[in-house]
Amino acid sequence: MILTFPKGGVHPPDNKLSAGSPIQVLPVPGTVTIPLSQHLGAPAEPLVKKGDSVITGQLIAKGCGFISANIHSSVTGTVARIDRLPDSSGYRRLMVVINTGKDDWQEGIDTSPRIIKNITATGGEIIKKTLAAGIVGLGGAAFPSHVKLSVPKGKKADILIINGVECEPCLTSDHRLMLEKGEEMIIGIQLIMKALDVKKAVIGIENNKPDAIKHLNSILKEYEGVTVQPLKVKYPQGAEKQLIKAVTGREVPSGKLPIETGAVVHNVGTAFAIYEAIQKNKPLIERVITVTGKNVANPSNFLVRIGTPVASLIEAAGGVPEDTGKVVNGGPMMGKALNSLDIPVTKGTSGILLIPESESSRRPAENCIRCARCVSICPMGLEPYLLSAASENKKWEMVESEHVLDCMECGSCSYICPSARPLLDYIRLGKSTVSHIIRARKQ
Amino acid sequence: MDKLITVSPSPHYYGNEDVKKLMYGVVYALLPALLVSVYFFGIGAIIVTGISIVSCMAFEYLIQKHLLKTKPSVTDGSALVTGLLLAFNLPSNLPWWIIVIGALVAIGVGKMTFGGLGNNPFNPALVGRVFLLVSFPVQMTSWPAPVVSRLRYADAETGATPLGVVKEGLEAGVPFSRLLDQIPGYLELFAGYMPGSLGEISAVALIAGGIFMIARKIITWHIPVSILLTVFVFTGIIWLINPYDNADPVFHLLSGGLMLGAIYMATDYVTSPMTPRGMWIFGTGIGIITVAIRLFGAYPEGVSFAILIMNAFVPLINKYVKPVRFGEEVKYG
Repeated sequence: MILTFPKGGVHPPDNKLSAGSPIQVLPVPGTVTIPLSQHLGAPAEPLVKKGDSVITGQLIAKGCGFISANIHSSVTGTVARIDRLPDSSGYRRLMVVINTGKDDWQEGIDTSPRIIKNITATGGEIIKKTLAAGIVGLGGAAFPSHVKLSVPKGKKADILIINGVECEPCLTSDHRLMLEKGEEMIIGIQLIMKALDVKKAVIGIENNKPDAIKHLNSILKEYEGVTVQPLKVKYPQGAEKQLIKAVTGREVPSGKLPIETGAVVHNVGTAFAIYEAIQKNKPLIERVITVTGKNVANPSNFLVRIGTPVASLIEAAGGVPEDTGKVVNGGPMMGKALNSLDIPVTKGTSGILLIPESESSRRPAENCIRCARCVSICPMGLEPYLLSAASENKKWEMVESEHVLDCMECGSCSYICPSARPLLDYIRLGKSTVSHIIRARKQ
Repeated sequence: MDKLITVSPSPHYYGNEDVKKLMYGVVYALLPALLVSVYFFGIGAIIVTGISIVSCMAFEYLIQKHLLKTKPSVTDGSALVTGLLLAFNLPSNLPWWIIVIGALVAIGVGKMTFGGLGNNPFNPALVGRVFLLVSFPVQMTSWPAPVVSRLRYADAETGATPLGVVKEGLEAGVPFSRLLDQIPGYLELFAGYMPGSLGEISAVALIAGGIFMIARKIITWHIPVSILLTVFVFTGIIWLINPYDNADPVFHLLSGGLMLGAIYMATDYVTSPMTPRGMWIFGTGIGIITVAIRLFGAYPEGVSFAILIMNAFVPLINKYVKPVRFGEEVKYG
């Protein structure tokens, strides 16, 4: 049976131009810039200083606190400087700049393509190694994975959901990974199941990827407890709460974590990274990134070292098209527009999208005609028109009482609005203001 | 890259719908009913519709340009829809100057005084229509008979609407079954063969346009269905209690402005609720008020008043009837 989440959702054009393009290994660039804050939570603390030699896979920054992640060098070379440089959000953050040399890997890392099926690590070891390998959620939010593997006291996980939805238009990195690294990914799923102590795992895939569904099903015959669940194509199905709802019918209560429902969600890329960390002893230093766009010469999927500048990826896909008006880190619905091509890719970068000039700016906003489209498509059951208007008028109490904090910023409301109103822009303003107010109230 | 690139917050894709497309969608949906009207009422229908559209658009342009000093948005199609709907609510023999007054009230008072499209609490076309009904009751209730006077405008031959015939007859004590002989058959009513406002007559054309709008997602089904269902059930119960002194529910569905009101007037975005639950409350209210006016009020028809009254409740409905939030009702531990 094909499932989906019941409330709201939109159908933006798919534009998966790079779906048929196999993953290519991008050459190691001359310089990498590795941010120390690539994950949600506290930035990592650097362990190296200017002039140090590092080798590929070496720990160069240590996670700071429970919600944080280790950072490893993605190349072999010399630390040129540690400096505050702009990241994809536009803010300057601490980054380690490394000039690369010969690509030597740290001892103990298995770089052979051999698949190791036999799982010897215990649950505790899996969590420890995931923490050590600096693995974060590769779906985009970059939440440290070891946190999600450690079920809080008093809670019990009974189902693992693997997110292979890739509901963002244009992106195909998860799709290619499922096709090309399916078996490794499934072993990764077994590892996560062991760490969580769950007997059941479901891989959710939208049925615009029938080849991935078929491929994984053919491998899964050998593996117990893991099934593929085809899902109807609908954005934002890859959102954690919507995916849990679609697969299990359970609804994460407002303001609570998914574990309340007994479900834990990990991305397919994360499952693959955990496989590599545990079975191959390889920290998270590279990932698959889609480079695409209407006028891009060769829409591609690359295996990229973390810290590679965005410009190198675009160059490899045929260069920046003449009429490019916007470069987005991520997909068209939730990605961030970049202000420079020197910004490095991070663990959370799933794609680079080049949008033509003609599609780069919005139409001028018109009056709200109260057509109620935003209300009917909001997957969280909110009223975007109301939240937006209340934020615009600085009615923060109303913004809070109308559940602004449930908004996950999927962008469906701004997408659907026939008057081209900047709904999500105002809702973001309301969300951050209300968060500050709540924090101030608690102090 | 040496040129500047745009940096803006997500999303970076936008849907291809805009206000203009939605408004023209409504216009296309109204075309079948207009054609039927021209077939039955002839040049009167063309003249009244033309005057109404032109004056609505002209008033919108003039008021925006010279009174409000804003950029005229007359091309967005909303004044066109208002003009078309106002005409649909008028008899096809209405003198031209009354139509112009109606258009001025609809656009000037009904829409622009509140700040233009999106801000008006009441359906502008109905504001115009009801103003005319109260101000010019004689002209507004002299209905041209179908077919017979296709080539005449102001001096068209007139007749009573089926609703008027039935209301008068029932009040005089004539049983409904005997009144059926004095009105067109139900199939003729369904096609639109009856005296009435020029756009309200043909249920089949109006329903076809409604299906088109629902299929194109211009409107949702909630408001039309809730209104029609309420009218059907309410009049059905009363008819079952006393079929002798009351019209049957099918007659109520096919006569008067119910179809036009339920499908095109009550579904006006600006003046209807934002949530499906709110739409049900709104539609049920319109249905109940319509039937109450038809059965117990002074007018034979009450759809316009019912919609305007429920328009007034929309802010209240929007305030108290919220969508079902995700994660609000959790049924397990």
